[in-house]
Amino acid sequence: MNFDGSDYVVRFENVGLRYGLGPEVLQDVSFALAPASYHFLIGPSGAGKSSLLRLMYLAMKPSRGLISLFGRDMARTAREDLPGLRRRIGVVFQDYRLLNHLSAFDNVALPLRVAGGRERDIQKHVEELLSWVGLGDHMNASLPTLSGGQQQRVSIARAVITKPQLLLADEPTGNVDDRIALRLMHLFEELNKLGTTIVIATHNESLVKRLGHPRLRLDGGLLLGDPQSRRGRKGKGDEMLDGSRHMEAG
Amino acid sequence: MISRRTDLPLDGDVLAGFLPWLIAFMVFLAVVAAAGMFILHDATANWSAGLTHTLTVQVPPTKGEKALPAAEDPHVLDALKVLRTTGGIIRADLVPQTEVLELLEPWLGRDGAAGDLPLPYLIDAEADPDAKFDIATLRSRLTKAHPGISVDNHRDWLDRLVGLIDAVEWIARGVLLLIGLATVGTVIFTTRTGLSVHRDTIEVLHLIGAQDDYVAKQFAWRALTLGLRGGTIGLALAAPTVLGIGYLASGIETGLLPDASLGVAQWIALAFIPILAAAIATLTARITVTKTLAGML
Repeated sequence: MNFDGSDYVVRFENVGLRYGLGPEVLQDVSFALAPASYHFLIGPSGAGKSSLLRLMYLAMKPSRGLISLFGRDMARTAREDLPGLRRRIGVVFQDYRLLNHLSAFDNVALPLRVAGGRERDIQKHVEELLSWVGLGDHMNASLPTLSGGQQQRVSIARAVITKPQLLLADEPTGNVDDRIALRLMHLFEELNKLGTTIVIATHNESLVKRLGHPRLRLDGGLLLGDPQSRRGRKGKGDEMLDGSRHMEAG
Repeated sequence: MISRRTDLPLDGDVLAGFLPWLIAFMVFLAVVAAAGMFILHDATANWSAGLTHTLTVQVPPTKGEKALPAAEDPHVLDALKVLRTTGGIIRADLVPQTEVLELLEPWLGRDGAAGDLPLPYLIDAEADPDAKFDIATLRSRLTKAHPGISVDNHRDWLDRLVGLIDAVEWIARGVLLLIGLATVGTVIFTTRTGLSVHRDTIEVLHLIGAQDDYVAKQFAWRALTLGLRGGTIGLALAAPTVLGIGYLASGIETGLLPDASLGVAQWIALAFIPILAAAIATLTARITVTKTLAGML
């Protein structure tokens, strides 16, 4: 099969990843995500979910295999082109990775400023989004004064402020109550309707069942077929890849 | 080139707190070294201009006879005659004995110089700068008039003096270069430390799409502000030092020491040293960040 990821937002082919000289934490992972698709990434702790996300948001290079993002082969992409690709990806980190010396407002504004946005527009968009996630009264709050759940919402707001083409979230509802979790999921749904491809790594089984999106199931570094995913919504342009470990993602 | 945005908490860096003082020290040394270089350079120029075309002829007093006034001493008159008839010599004047005594006063004191010491008679002569004449021939003609006559054309010792001062000037230039390199090294070290301390923050900035330049500009701005602050402190400390040295040197009444005062243009040049230091710090920080980040994904 020719490696042509041009129709997909994300395409992995026989990707393996190991840290240093350790064992492979991801083995022969192959899948493709169509534009505007929505997937849950599930699996037990240590299955490799965070590692898979790290490869997708370009924090690491694979030990082997090929990765394509937005139709570009990452092995052939120059380092200077990576910032442009990363701006098309929103990431909600499991540990938030917020900048504690900045206010909630400045953390959320960061992706827009990095992209060279105008301050007037930044002000408007950030205020709107922070109000939407329930932090309208905490815009200028110092990060350490916010609760874990509030920081998580700041992290989510930072990830979606640029309306990314690909949103990757690692346990985005881990520290918020069910009401806020559903509200955030609604935000992701809205973004998905606008064309954002979404991958959410989660342990929240009830959320996965309730929303019914297709699943990418990882176990022991292997991407396993998920019968339920075929009963879920099929993403536009998704297809079954060759090989026993290739799975349909949609 | 630089950015005032401060997404990185660089103000809290411990090492960055030392950087202004290190730069202040470097600028202090650079200003003092440059001032010394200017003073020596001026001294060389003055000595060269004043002495290059002059000759001093010493005529020893006649032994065993009662000393005649200089203007009547036959050997002095012979020497003057030789000098005035030599092509290329445009002036030859007898130095009054009172001036000779004044010249010796710093060493012998007023009383000592006025004693019965057999002081030589001095003739001050000036050569035409455009004319070429053979000093050896002149010396030979003068020694025929009196074997004890000596001719000092100043060029020999002036050449040695100028050579020494040139060497000192080159040493001063070397010191300035070393100061510049030390500044660069210090900024590289503090910048790399800053990059290491803020690695996580920089990684987050990268992951949300920041280019290396975005980070580098912030480090460059920080280096510029710290460099200017340190440079200003260094200049503020060095200026009174240079003025003080000039003041102390002016109190010493001897022709051996050069004039240690600086002109307006030289002070302006010294005032540019902190700006130059800040520029070096800025550029170094920017290049260091860019090169270091190029090794990250």
